[in-house]
Amino acid sequence: MRRQTLGRRGEDFAAEHLTGLGWTILQRNWRCSHGEIDIIATTPGTGTVVFVEVRTRSSISAGHPLESIGTRKAARMRRTAGAWLSQQPHFIPSFRIDVIGLVWAGETPELTHLEGLE
Amino acid sequence: MSTATTAGPRTVELGRAQAIALSGLDGTTVAVEASVNPGIPGIEVVGLPDASVNESRKRIRAALSNLGVRLKAMRYTVSLAPGSVRKVGSGFDLAIAMAILGAEGVVDPTRTAGAVFCGELGLDGRLVPVPGVLPTIVSGLRAGFTHFVVPAGCAAEAHLVPGAQVLPVASVAQCAVHFGATMDAPPVRVVEDREAGHGQRPQVHDLAVVQGQDDARFALEIAAAGGHHLLMTGAPGAGKTLLAGCLPGILPPLGEQAAVEVLALASLAGTFSAHDVPPLPPYETPHHRTTTAAMLGSSRPNSVGVLSRAHHGVLFMDEAPEFSRDVLEALREPLESGWCRVSRSWGSVDLPSRFQLVMAANPCPCGAGEAGRSGCTCTPHDRRRYRSRLSGPLLDRIDLRLDMLPVTPADVHARAQRETSEQVRARVIEARRIQAERYAGVDWETNGQTPGGWLRGHFRFAAHETRLLDRGLETGALTMRGYDRVLRVATTIADLRGAQRPGADELGAALLLRTQEG
Repeated sequence: MRRQTLGRRGEDFAAEHLTGLGWTILQRNWRCSHGEIDIIATTPGTGTVVFVEVRTRSSISAGHPLESIGTRKAARMRRTAGAWLSQQPHFIPSFRIDVIGLVWAGETPELTHLEGLE
Repeated sequence: MSTATTAGPRTVELGRAQAIALSGLDGTTVAVEASVNPGIPGIEVVGLPDASVNESRKRIRAALSNLGVRLKAMRYTVSLAPGSVRKVGSGFDLAIAMAILGAEGVVDPTRTAGAVFCGELGLDGRLVPVPGVLPTIVSGLRAGFTHFVVPAGCAAEAHLVPGAQVLPVASVAQCAVHFGATMDAPPVRVVEDREAGHGQRPQVHDLAVVQGQDDARFALEIAAAGGHHLLMTGAPGAGKTLLAGCLPGILPPLGEQAAVEVLALASLAGTFSAHDVPPLPPYETPHHRTTTAAMLGSSRPNSVGVLSRAHHGVLFMDEAPEFSRDVLEALREPLESGWCRVSRSWGSVDLPSRFQLVMAANPCPCGAGEAGRSGCTCTPHDRRRYRSRLSGPLLDRIDLRLDMLPVTPADVHARAQRETSEQVRARVIEARRIQAERYAGVDWETNGQTPGGWLRGHFRFAAHETRLLDRGLETGALTMRGYDRVLRVATTIADLRGAQRPGADELGAALLLRTQEG
């Protein structure tokens, strides 16, 4: 499986997983000059806007996918999220950034959902 | 599926261990805690770690992974409390690793919480010796801990402290198994302490090889017996350096308390070697371009200066006037108090430094020697300026000031057998024994540290005994301070002779050993 294909499939799987939890997907692969956001969704109930970065790996031989989020990537995601927020017509009272790590070693991937990136 | 998304109360599993943060010879107990929480995977150390402590994250990660302990894809937060104390050095590795293993549930945190760990990790999990194990254990005992885990290479050092239950371990796996882990602890080669890492001890000579210089030999014996500081002035080749090199050989052996202090300082400096137990009196010969920071130490945390390395031993400053003025003036407080108190931007440290000072100086900058001899090109002004480099306050603290004459042909051809260091040392030990009896109730040990007033009160000299000294005082040839110095030296001469008290003879002899007034 090619790298992009794995990443794409991981994003699809994560989006399905979030929909299954009752989340509403607003946008996928939103781009701006600062970077890209894989999934933008709202949670049920509170309606918090969540920017989701999905990281997929086929094994953990090179470490867990979540470990690949460094301080630079986190800062870039904050900037990108800020750019999206500034383009919205309405005020958005609450938002956060999540990371989903997928290890796709067997048939079904193992999913780790990290809420609220610091 | 991960459980990280489910929030709510859960039983908190913290890993705990103890460590000691040293500042000089004093240590503060550091409680190491580790917690596993959702977050970007990795290890985070909080609580004022310095760069070397922060790097331990990488060593621990690699070492645990190589042992087959796979850390969860979660955030490990390690806290070193109290957070206000600076943590320096790689010795925290083992404590942090054990706290993390406790948080993982691999070892029993309730058992590791009561033990003090110290040691640096190699990438394969072996434990590398660290400096300061001895003061760490002494501080830990004082703080109420009894169990200590140290690298196997430091076992000899750790076992020197009575009352401590020491567990030497060769690897982190062996340590983990001891604290309840079920894992393979493959035997590893014990990493030994480095052998004599800091160069050789300067050569100590035997008095038997010294030709002539009877006065100087006598002065050296007095210096050794009474712990007096000594300044030798004389032409090059008169034997100043050789004589100074004989002093460590005639000093009495270190007492138990002194030996522990010397070893603790060696341990802190990273020069501890099991071959040095029991230790000899230290002997330090700094070069004359040595800086003040190197002499005082503590330029970096836990660095030990030359003055402290000479604690309970001899500090020999050859070519004393060539030392920078800063260094010479920095000697004053340690000479007075026996401590190096240094405050730097990162903190303040007290290290003991009660040494015996021996200085050697040429009479003039050209070194050609004695007044009246041919070859000296120095003007009187040059000579005076050279002498004035050793300031009055410094010279005040030196009891014995000796002018040495060049060796004569008669001395060279003398066939008489000279006394060996061993014979002289026997007399010195006896003189120290007498002093120990005399000073049993007070807080100094040798004549060199005794206030003159105490001696005057103790011996109650008759006027006929001190006639020469009184005369010197009258004419202004002796100051009151100089007067007291003569009394101290005279007392040592009496102790060496086995006399009950210094009489007119001893006082006269002591007066003769004072060649510079003041």
